[in-house]
Amino acid sequence: MTPPTRTRDDAVRKPAGPSRGAREERRLGLLLCAPAVVVILAVTAYPIGYAGYLSLQRYDLRFPDQAHWVGLANYGAVLTSPIWWQALGITVLITVVSVAVELALGLALALVMQRALLGRGTVRTAVLVPYGIVTVVAAYSWQYAWTPGTGYLAALLPAGSAPLTEQWPAIGLIILAEVWKTTPFMALLLLAGLALVPDETVRAAMVDGATFGQRLRLVILPLMKPAILVALLFRTLDAFRIFDDIYVLTGGSHGTGSVSILGYDNLFTALNLGIGSAISVLIFVCVALIALVFVKLFGTAAPGTEPEHR
Amino acid sequence: MSTRRTRTLAGWTIADLAVVLYALFPVWWIVALSFKDPATLTDGDFVPRRWTWANYRGIFETSEFTRALVNSIGIAVISTTIAVVLGTMAAYAVARLRFPGKRLLIGISLLIAMFPPISLVSPLFDIERALGLFDTWAGLVIPYMTFSLPLAIYTLSAFFREIPWDLEKAAKVDGATPWQAFRLVIAPLAAPGVLTTAILVFIFCWNDFLFAISLTSTTAARTVPAAIAFFTGSSQFEQPTGSIAAAAVIITIPIVIFVLLFQRRIVAGLTAGAVKG
Repeated sequence: MTPPTRTRDDAVRKPAGPSRGAREERRLGLLLCAPAVVVILAVTAYPIGYAGYLSLQRYDLRFPDQAHWVGLANYGAVLTSPIWWQALGITVLITVVSVAVELALGLALALVMQRALLGRGTVRTAVLVPYGIVTVVAAYSWQYAWTPGTGYLAALLPAGSAPLTEQWPAIGLIILAEVWKTTPFMALLLLAGLALVPDETVRAAMVDGATFGQRLRLVILPLMKPAILVALLFRTLDAFRIFDDIYVLTGGSHGTGSVSILGYDNLFTALNLGIGSAISVLIFVCVALIALVFVKLFGTAAPGTEPEHR
Repeated sequence: MSTRRTRTLAGWTIADLAVVLYALFPVWWIVALSFKDPATLTDGDFVPRRWTWANYRGIFETSEFTRALVNSIGIAVISTTIAVVLGTMAAYAVARLRFPGKRLLIGISLLIAMFPPISLVSPLFDIERALGLFDTWAGLVIPYMTFSLPLAIYTLSAFFREIPWDLEKAAKVDGATPWQAFRLVIAPLAAPGVLTTAILVFIFCWNDFLFAISLTSTTAARTVPAAIAFFTGSSQFEQPTGSIAAAAVIITIPIVIFVLLFQRRIVAGLTAGAVKG
């Protein structure tokens, strides 16, 4: 950000000590960042490292005295277990479907919000409510809606059906809850992306006789690509760690548990810190891989590069 | 021509209405549920036939909910304050000063903000038990730093990059002292960004569920989202539906107020760092 004029300025004013000024600036910069960096290392890097250490031990909280080093055995146990692969499959399915639906729905929402002629403020405020509302609250709202006898949505189903107790319907409802809650976030990011598309370009295409679909596909979407990729990256990483909705809606029963639910269960139901930590590390690796794939494959602007691009 | 315009207008209005309904109807459903008389709780109606405050009175009768509310407010406010203060310092440095590693700091912040919290739960559970932090306010404030601090640094640095810092120099040329230049010129420009960041961080902390159910065991530090999940009915045979709905409405109110008051700012905050670039 610091414009080159500044350095030139300094050099003109203090010909003797530009390097001293630069040194002081460096020191101040590092000093101001130090507390934040120390806290981040203490609350993130250290626990992750510790999780790695724990994951190499046999460590069951019911028998703490028997804790001992087992090397990679916990990883072996997790990776050869069908439970892990099923949870991973469910998580990937929920992530892919909900992000895809959110992208389509979010784009539609963004287009409506951009054109909103009446009460644009009202529409935006309304759309922000799902973003702000506590996930657990939203999940309960959906749970009650689908509970036979209590809910308005369950009443629409044939008598005797309890969608939350069957695997596929329950997964569908989890996706629905996730989509409802986060589509507005997607829509707002896409709306900001739409704002980057110059009006003249769209109008020029219109004059040339392009239909709405053609304008969207050939003009608007390519120009929005950076915004779309960033929104997709954010939402994919976010959806992959889904926990609250599943915990409330099904508790992870009937084969609806995500990897986060699996980690939680191993820790707090089975009290197995070793296995739980191995799952924690594996989830961390999955998320890192997703981020890597996005950055490498799709060329999402690497975070932190913006200042230099300006 | 004019009928066509009317029709377009009507079309978009319907689209707007659909959007508003989509966003608000699950919220309305839980509000309606919270005002239903226990006897009509299961009627599935959108509007309570008999309005009652019984559910609200019920949750305030025991200390379980009030204690959780105090915990939620206290923990979220402390976390937000620490994150915004440390975040402001770092973001100022990133936006204003030249020093090595600032790109790295922003990049790492963004990645950590996307971190899977479950990965931290098992080590934190063990660390906090050893340090005696388990089931305390500090025991939640600390893990909330993992996402709130990176979020604050990332959003604030996006805001601070937009501030025309040369104005400060101009004020000094006009004879202002450095403190005056900061107070009268830079602080008013920076304040909206800081406020927005504080609101976003607060929403995140207020919303947390996983840390709250994992790192607490009693009402000592359990926040409302976690407390809701442990609600029981007033008797073994009664579902806690009414209590959950009432508690849900109460923790939604502050967020809805923030959204109503700062709608524009929140949108700016959500999109500031993410999309430009």
